[in-house]
Amino acid sequence: MTAPIISFKDFSFQYNSQTEPTLRHINLDIYPGEKVLIAGPSGSGKSTLGRCLNGLIPQSYPGTVSGQATVAGQDIRHSSIFDLSLNVGTVLQDPDSQFVGLTVVEDMAFSLENDQQSQDAMQTATQQWAQTLDLQHLLTHRPQELSGGQKQRVAMAGVLIDNSKVLLFDEPLASLDPASGKASMALIDRLTHSQELTVVIIEHRIEDVLQQPIDRLVVMQDGEIVANDRPETILRESLMAQLGLREPLYLSALKLAGIPLRDCRHLDDLTHLSAPNLTPTLQHWTQGVTLNAPVAHTDPLLDIQGLSFGYTPDHPILHDLSLTLHRGEMISLVGQNGVGKSTLSNLITGFLTPQAGQLTFAGRSLNQQSVKERADHIGYILQDPNQMISKTLIYDEVAAGLVLRGIDEDTIHDRVLATLKVCGLYEFRHWPISALSFGQKKRVTIAAILVLQPEMLILDEPTAGQDLAHYTEMMTFLEKINRDQQMTIMLITHDMHLMLEYTDRTIVLGGGNVLMDAAPADVLTNQAIIERASLAKTSLYTLAEQHQLDPTEFVAKFVQAEREVRACNTNS
Amino acid sequence: MQHQLLIGYDDRHTFLNRLSGSTKLLCFVGLSIIGMMTYDTRYLLGIMVLSLILFHFSRIKFRDVSFILSVILGFSVLNLVMVYVFAPHYGVTIYGTEHLLLGHHAAYFNLTTEQLFYEFNLLLKYTFMVPLALIFLMTTNPSEFAASLNKIGVSYRISYSVAIALRYIPDVQSDYRTISLAQQARGFEISKKAKFMTRVRGGVQILLPLIFSSLDRIEVISQAMELRRFGKGKRRTWYMAQRFKRNDYLALLIVGLLIVLGIALFRVNGGRFWNPFKA
Amino acid sequence: MQNKQSNSIRTVVATGIGAAIIFVLMKFVAIPTGIPNTQFNVAIGFLALLGAIFGPVAAGLAVFIGHALNDFVTYGSPWWTWIIVDGLVGVAFGLAKNRLKIADGALKTSKLVWFNVYQVIVNFVAWVLLAPTGDIIIYHEPASKVYLQGITTWIVDSISVAIIGTLLLALYARTRTQRGSLKKEK
Ligand SMILES: Nc1ncnc2c1ncn2[C@@H]1O[C@H](COP(=O)(O)OP(=O)(O)OP(=O)(O)O)[C@@H](O)[C@H]1O
Ligand SMILES: Nc1ncnc2c1ncn2[C@@H]1O[C@H](COP(=O)(O)OP(=O)(O)OP(=O)(O)O)[C@@H](O)[C@H]1O
Ligand SMILES: [Mg+2]
Ligand SMILES: [Mg+2]
Repeated sequence: MTAPIISFKDFSFQYNSQTEPTLRHINLDIYPGEKVLIAGPSGSGKSTLGRCLNGLIPQSYPGTVSGQATVAGQDIRHSSIFDLSLNVGTVLQDPDSQFVGLTVVEDMAFSLENDQQSQDAMQTATQQWAQTLDLQHLLTHRPQELSGGQKQRVAMAGVLIDNSKVLLFDEPLASLDPASGKASMALIDRLTHSQELTVVIIEHRIEDVLQQPIDRLVVMQDGEIVANDRPETILRESLMAQLGLREPLYLSALKLAGIPLRDCRHLDDLTHLSAPNLTPTLQHWTQGVTLNAPVAHTDPLLDIQGLSFGYTPDHPILHDLSLTLHRGEMISLVGQNGVGKSTLSNLITGFLTPQAGQLTFAGRSLNQQSVKERADHIGYILQDPNQMISKTLIYDEVAAGLVLRGIDEDTIHDRVLATLKVCGLYEFRHWPISALSFGQKKRVTIAAILVLQPEMLILDEPTAGQDLAHYTEMMTFLEKINRDQQMTIMLITHDMHLMLEYTDRTIVLGGGNVLMDAAPADVLTNQAIIERASLAKTSLYTLAEQHQLDPTEFVAKFVQAEREVRACNTNS
Repeated sequence: MQHQLLIGYDDRHTFLNRLSGSTKLLCFVGLSIIGMMTYDTRYLLGIMVLSLILFHFSRIKFRDVSFILSVILGFSVLNLVMVYVFAPHYGVTIYGTEHLLLGHHAAYFNLTTEQLFYEFNLLLKYTFMVPLALIFLMTTNPSEFAASLNKIGVSYRISYSVAIALRYIPDVQSDYRTISLAQQARGFEISKKAKFMTRVRGGVQILLPLIFSSLDRIEVISQAMELRRFGKGKRRTWYMAQRFKRNDYLALLIVGLLIVLGIALFRVNGGRFWNPFKA
Repeated sequence: MQNKQSNSIRTVVATGIGAAIIFVLMKFVAIPTGIPNTQFNVAIGFLALLGAIFGPVAAGLAVFIGHALNDFVTYGSPWWTWIIVDGLVGVAFGLAKNRLKIADGALKTSKLVWFNVYQVIVNFVAWVLLAPTGDIIIYHEPASKVYLQGITTWIVDSISVAIIGTLLLALYARTRTQRGSLKKEK
């Protein structure tokens, strides 16, 4: 057997500002050529573990280390980040900050410049990698001109150009649309083979990562490794749900239909999945479920007529778009990276001014209203939490909007604490915001708007970077206010799971207009739309097709059954 | 778009575009220093004419720069008025003669040819570099700029700081806009409707997220750069650096001669001023 | 302790981002005072924070670069005397870093008072003594005019640092977490 390329032995780490260790007694060996997925709840220490691999810990983050950790034979405590970086290439969570060059090609060449390579050598290398990653046409573009998916690929190119043996990705999929996510994972898989890389991926979107073969799944919880095995074993024992991770959808479907997982073969690979009597059992289950009539919402709340907008005159983003949202609806807005979803919400909330079009909210025209006046009715939670946070302490941040509205202190106190509980932030209420993880920060901004109780909510990627427990908690809460207070909620999302399970209407943007406006199950079974809008077929669809079921019906029934289960759980 | 205002760079395919950034930088700095020192009207006028000729060759469209030109002109005039208000006899002091045009000899506000001439020199000094500055801004690829700084002897770390500034100015601008809107949506009224103090408080409320998120950003970017070995060696190479060609040497030679001429004029004039009134 | 290498890279990045922020603040959030070329400057308040966190090199260079770029695109040519003086002010603010020790957490009022006395003196030396003298020697402008500009700048910059700078320093210090201070509360 070959020696492991990464090896942790009884390794612990404590940040100086923390009272308890963030990583505890980690034992982990990763062998050359392996592809490892690290999953676990938000705050469980995944990024911290990643920082140990590339040497940021202990070189850049002060703290206490115990135990042993070696990467490519080097003890991380005694090697510099420079030495380690030749072995470990890191693609950080936020491609915007990773992109340090003024143009794509300069960013790709950045590490070569630091190695003092000649211009000719740099040109050859950037040409080669631009070709591999399909970036040739973007080489002179500035970062501001790229979509999320393109930035991600530039970040990868800038790291791959080093020919490092180990690649570390911290949440590569968080802001990619499903098709780009899929393409990225396929690319990583291809590179693993052609460049003989060892790959470590930290990600919440497990189902998307598992679309390509993964050798090992490591699950972390509270700073410890609680599972470390082949994905199939972990899936079979239904450990995922117990560990607070989201199972792939087809597994949930199998379970709903009453198929014992231990009888299945190839559980981690849907195309080869087999089990005794699989087809008849699934068909039987489908027949046994009757679809409820969908709840109709007919009271128009937000009406958009003939909306047109472009940042520059020659490049329109939205063109003559018309749309009506009704009171009490739960809507998902989906579409390719850069298609204009955030732009549309900016137009609705007054952050941008349209070139043409009428907006009406509850019968009153919005066109003359200021951002603040619109915000009294429409709460908007931006994609990037850092752009919303203006206070240093969590409690103050959530209270800020209420304070400005002149509400008395006791009411503020009660409402803030109640909201913090709902958002899972109660125990952190006296912390400075700077000590939170990305997912936690996002929840702070949601809390800060929820506490204002607007009539309509727009959330831009609310679940990006969230773990299942908080995701479920938050979505359950949104569902509740949607139902009880008839609050209209629009979610902008790349998460097909979220769209299927929690929303009753999906608006697909594409080509500057609405491509499709229908029930989520109908959208996700429409092959043409999926391709045009860069969405992804879910595994449910594949499962249904493989077993001669009508995909739309099957998906709809699955969603209904899941919701009933959820309703039972929350009521009990 | 806003960031176009900062760097209206575009490859206009002129010989000015093809000069290396280092050459343009050296020429610009050299001329601006000598222009700062001298008060020789002939010399300043000469450089002004030269730079206007270059401006013509640079194929920069006038309407792209008309706004910035009007701002510059406005500020220059304000300054000139102020100089006159505070020191209406300064020209007389400098040139040592007095040719009255308007008003009385003993009055505080009177107008002399000397004062007019001095202020005309000032105007030249405020504006003679403007065409050159515009040429420099609009024909130098910002990507090459940092490499040029490094080449003319600035340390590569400082040069890279400038590159980072250019890289992130558009981001900071759009962050500023978004944050300001997000704060308004939370209930801070900072539009003209609100009272002055409320607006100031609202302004600070935008400043805080902008600054604190930028401080976080400094951390992340430093890490990203360190992970890609920035600062490893005593030097670094630049993908965008340009080699010197014949024209570069030619341009440097011409500017060198101009500077020597400027210094020679100091001796001829016996000081920094050219005095036409003495003759 | 962070190692030296990381710190020198942080200085480079802080200089660049600091310059970008100073540029944007100078260009879009300056309130004119009525006297040409002098304005109520928010950027200088930020400079106090930048200096306190990253030290003299980063603060001095950041304001130098930011100011030069801003002059470049608004006036067409940089006004070197004021840019250099601004850079020196940045260095002086950066020298307060070791005394303020902002990274260690909350600032006592006494330190803030000390800093404000210090900054008023720094601004005085810079804008009332150095900048006008430079203008007179290098640009040969009339003394009364440049002294008026200098004194105005001294006053507005000191006020700006006193209000915005002090606020930023105090708030930033509060976000710094003391060693071993974070604990979940039930
Ligand atoms: N620089 C830091 N200083 C102090 N504590 C930190 C620091 N970075 C992270 N932590 C703490 O360590 C814990 C683990 O954080 P980490 O970022 O590793 O989580 P994660 O598993 O990557 O979460 P997420 O999925 O939200 O990214 C968190 O409780 C966080 O508050
Ligand atoms: N400030 C801006 N100036 C110029 N173009 C912009 C600006 N903001 C966005 N764009 C462009 O407008 C288009 C739509 O951007 P938008 O952010 O609305 O996309 P999105 O659908 O939200 O994408 P994502 O899923 O990646 O968040 C993109 O092509 C983008 O490059
Ligand atoms: Mg993380
Ligand atoms: Mg978006």
